[in-house]
Amino acid sequence: MKPVLEVRNLVKQYPAVRAVDGVSFSIEPGVCFGLLGPNGAGKTTTVEIMEGVNEPTSGEVLYDGEPLGARFRAEAGIQFQKTALQDFLTVRESLQLFRWLYPRGRDVDELITLCALEQVAGRDNRKLSGGQLQRLLLAIALVNDPQVLFLDEPTTGLDPQARHNFWDLIRAIKAERRTVLLTTHYMEEAYFLCDVIAIMDRGRIIAEGAPSRLLKEHFDDVVLELPREDFHGEPAEFPLPLLLAGDRIEISTADVEHALRALLDRGVPLKHLKIRPRNLEDLFLELTGRELRT
Amino acid sequence: MNFRRLLAVWTARNLEFLRDRSTLVFNLLFPLVLVVAFAVIFGGEARSVFKVGVIAAPDATLDARLHPFLGTRHVDFYAVAAAGLDEAIRNVERHQADLLLDLRDGTRYWVNTDSPKGYLAEKLLLQAASGAAHREPVTGSAVRYVDWLLPGILGMNMMFSCLFGVGYVVVRYRKSGFLRRLSATPLTAIEFGAAQILSRLLLTISVTTLVYALVALLVPFRNEGSALLLLLIAIVGALSMISLGFLLAARFASEELANGVINLASWPMMLLSGVWFSLEGAPQWLRMAAEALPLTQMLHAARAVMLDGAGLVQVLPQLGLLASMTALFMGIAAAGFRWRAD
Repeated sequence: MKPVLEVRNLVKQYPAVRAVDGVSFSIEPGVCFGLLGPNGAGKTTTVEIMEGVNEPTSGEVLYDGEPLGARFRAEAGIQFQKTALQDFLTVRESLQLFRWLYPRGRDVDELITLCALEQVAGRDNRKLSGGQLQRLLLAIALVNDPQVLFLDEPTTGLDPQARHNFWDLIRAIKAERRTVLLTTHYMEEAYFLCDVIAIMDRGRIIAEGAPSRLLKEHFDDVVLELPREDFHGEPAEFPLPLLLAGDRIEISTADVEHALRALLDRGVPLKHLKIRPRNLEDLFLELTGRELRT
Repeated sequence: MNFRRLLAVWTARNLEFLRDRSTLVFNLLFPLVLVVAFAVIFGGEARSVFKVGVIAAPDATLDARLHPFLGTRHVDFYAVAAAGLDEAIRNVERHQADLLLDLRDGTRYWVNTDSPKGYLAEKLLLQAASGAAHREPVTGSAVRYVDWLLPGILGMNMMFSCLFGVGYVVVRYRKSGFLRRLSATPLTAIEFGAAQILSRLLLTISVTTLVYALVALLVPFRNEGSALLLLLIAIVGALSMISLGFLLAARFASEELANGVINLASWPMMLLSGVWFSLEGAPQWLRMAAEALPLTQMLHAARAVMLDGAGLVQVLPQLGLLASMTALFMGIAAAGFRWRAD
């Protein structure tokens, strides 16, 4: 299938730092593509170049096989990481302003319902909660009924409840078979929403693929977590590799029975034991040797 | 140019302005203060019937002992230094003084033969002096300072409103990131600029019209020409100054910097465009520089209409120049316009 968006050898050199260092990938139609990485990995710069609001030092971005142009601006929906709206406008007026900037698009009332903004439709957009503002910005991004939707860290700073509401909304939009490009530093969010992810670090893509496939490729084990205080004895004497992670101990193993027997042999209480599958945070650690949220 | 997009941004900007109470109140209050100041300074009852300048020995007291005429009541006699003779004669020519009296060597006086008040003051003088006075007739039509100043004050108020009103808003939008968001839509810089300019035009023309009407009620002033032509001059002039404001704000993302740059543009206009005084006596190069300022051209045209009753044809050169400035400022601004703050 012909990709909707194609990024080729993108480089962005700032005076002090090479923010994007030769990035290439392509996004198929109807796919939710996640660009992951820690703060400062180059995600936002990459996305801004793809949105046409930042110029690359070299490389190119193609929309439907063409360089970004008037057609792209008319057909793309964009939610920036930080966006100020015009002061003194209500939610409905803000939406109406953007609706008029496009030749065709969705009905403003329909968007207000879709993004659960009915309660605040007449409120000044400066008086919205974080979650409400993100939903308004999403509604604005959808105002032209976009072929491709860019969401740059849409849930950063939201409380868990608001984040889950936002995820439900994105899933509803995904169900319309829209192409979505999402950047996030929440691995859980990427796992929950994205069909394909690319992990970025220091301006480069270090892994790309479906989340579950990436995990299967890199891990064949699970993680046993125990409180540090429940574990007696010398970690070095334990027959399996141990990882001290804060006040917890993590044991990675493909053979859970063997690990449990070893723990029981040493009289370790299993009351607080947790077994979890490998997640994208582990993958990032594995790939870079660094914690994601540092 | 897409008018639907232009209209969308124009409408949003108007709503923002109307709802921003403090800014709105200031925009109406400042010109009203001007009107009140005008009414207090130039309105009300004249304190004296006649104004007569007197040149006498430096330590002399201006009373009837010096000359019988000086004992006349309801005449405002004011001392004029001998060095100020030329200026004092010009005042007589402009009807700003009814007579000028020189008592240093006999009685010599200047009277404007076009002035009815000069004629009456002359009668009083000749009666008091029993005809023993040497007459120096001058001519010239009356231009009171208020007639001359009013277009200047209105123009100055428009200039500040135009430059700061549009300049500040654009810089604020850029700094907040709102412009960056707009740049991701089909909106073009020309459409955005035109919407800002037309919104400010509506405001500044409404306020100026209101102030003009209020002043007309409070202080009678001279308008020899067409009020519609005056409106046209105000619109064309405002467009050029708003475009200049848009040009000055085309790239900056700091309000402090924009403030400095806009001040740098507004002060020369305030001083050199002939708001307060005419530059007729100034050096040639300074007058040439002043001609390049849009406010100068707008005031030339407005004064020609109000004071001399000029018609459209006479002010076409100024209107053409102002329109060219608008096109030039807009062209440069749109070409160099920055949507992003960084």
